[in-house]
Amino acid sequence: MITVHLLYVLAGAMFAAYAICSARDRTNRKRFGNAAFWGLLAISFWFGNLLGDSGNGVLVLALVGIAGAHLLGRGSKESTSAEEREHFSERFGNRLFLPALVIPMTAFAGTLLFSYTPLRATGLIDTKAVTLVLLGAGVILALIVCYAWLKPPLAASVVEGTRLVDSIGWAIVLPQMLASLGAVFAAAGLGTTIGALVGEIIPQGSVFLAVLLYVLGMVVFTMIMGNAFAAFPVMAAAIGVPILIHGDGGKAAVIGAVGMLSGFCGTLMTPMAANFNIVPAALLELKNQYAVIRMQIATAIPLLIANIIILYVAGFHL
Amino acid sequence: MIDYWPLLGIALVVVGFALRFNPLLVVFVSAIVTGLLGGMDFLKVLGAVGKGFNDNRNVTLIYIVLPVIGLLERYGLQQQAKALILQMRRATAGRLLIVYLGFRQIFAALGLTTVAGHAQTVRPLVAPMALAAAEKEHGRLDEETVERVKAMSAATDNVGLFFGEDIFLAVSSILLIQGALAGFGIQLTPFQLSVWAIPTAICAFLIHGTRLLLFDRRLRRSK
Repeated sequence: MITVHLLYVLAGAMFAAYAICSARDRTNRKRFGNAAFWGLLAISFWFGNLLGDSGNGVLVLALVGIAGAHLLGRGSKESTSAEEREHFSERFGNRLFLPALVIPMTAFAGTLLFSYTPLRATGLIDTKAVTLVLLGAGVILALIVCYAWLKPPLAASVVEGTRLVDSIGWAIVLPQMLASLGAVFAAAGLGTTIGALVGEIIPQGSVFLAVLLYVLGMVVFTMIMGNAFAAFPVMAAAIGVPILIHGDGGKAAVIGAVGMLSGFCGTLMTPMAANFNIVPAALLELKNQYAVIRMQIATAIPLLIANIIILYVAGFHL
Repeated sequence: MIDYWPLLGIALVVVGFALRFNPLLVVFVSAIVTGLLGGMDFLKVLGAVGKGFNDNRNVTLIYIVLPVIGLLERYGLQQQAKALILQMRRATAGRLLIVYLGFRQIFAALGLTTVAGHAQTVRPLVAPMALAAAEKEHGRLDEETVERVKAMSAATDNVGLFFGEDIFLAVSSILLIQGALAGFGIQLTPFQLSVWAIPTAICAFLIHGTRLLLFDRRLRRSK
């Protein structure tokens, strides 16, 4: 059966190739820092399950050390010049989109084909990871198409991948780090502490104020933890279930669904949701790492107000 | 008696981010401090951090698309994305992003969350197209405007994803709500929950769509 672990092997190979490519890039003054960073990630993807918790902890410590000491840099070697790219674009035209579309199309068509036909019964792919596995298949297929059609130098995909991954830099592991922080927060009992804090300030007798506190609690806790998943069980236990559902007789489905979506408004406003807010700023080479969050605030706040109204009206008055 | 000391970990994160220390460092130090204050010894916290890191490697998997995107950029993908937009006479940055928002929400609602994203679509296609549309209409853009158009492209991807995915029955957040409420003896089906994601999805489209139209107008005025 193909599971997500085969993808980890693939990702490990990719990071190992970046490490080698970085080490040989003389235009990057900090090339060995990059090589070490990508090399450690390769080890994590290949051998993470064999390292044990402490081994992984030491690996994380090393990654943090490299990033914290500013040992990561970027090469200046441009692959093809802007003029060459204009020229290529004129020559290949809209067909250039095809390999890029191969990836989502493989994931899309493959997921449908696997999930709704007898293929599912063969157990070829782990059902928990179907789309991810097919995404990986799409990447390999797209690479084959690119090499057969564009005939780039053999190492080109690694060189170009290194160029992109260097532009993201340390931010690429920030989401994983934040997930670890969430786990430590949970282990230290932060959820219960915050739940108890919120529980102490619950207003008596006003449904609307209780709704407001529930929604804002979801937003603030989501902003702290970086995702709404950690916030929901805490806020459901502190206010959602005892006050809104049992006390005031609200509709459970509305309180559950809209509560979670209110948390998503918080996700739009926090650097802790790094994979959505910080990594893209690096990937798009923005100067301000908070530029994406800034753009999102003016959508998040009106949407939050809409959620409060939906929750109050549909939960208690429909 | 509730122990409030671990809350200090949160304060550390907020202060560290505000002072713009390296975020990896901030998060790591905060995790260690929170763990120590919560009564764990150093090795145990380090192990917890390592385990969390290892268990969440799937978050970083998506970047296996980078070699393909980089290779296509080498052969002019971004330039071609611009050329395509220049052929469309009525395209503006805002209208283009509205169309993308709609597709992103619909695909996410069908459970296809990974077919688009910052690495897969925003960097190679959506951001260059939005920039080309803005440039076509308003001439050469200053640096700050370029930054804003790119940031708005990324923001639109996030809004489309977040407020589309919960309409799909089998998405993890719906299953989490179901599981959490079941723990209190409240039985709901995923369908009952995902139906209530629809009003917010519509509001998200209207609110962000309106902002995108205003974004066009602001681009026009700043010229």
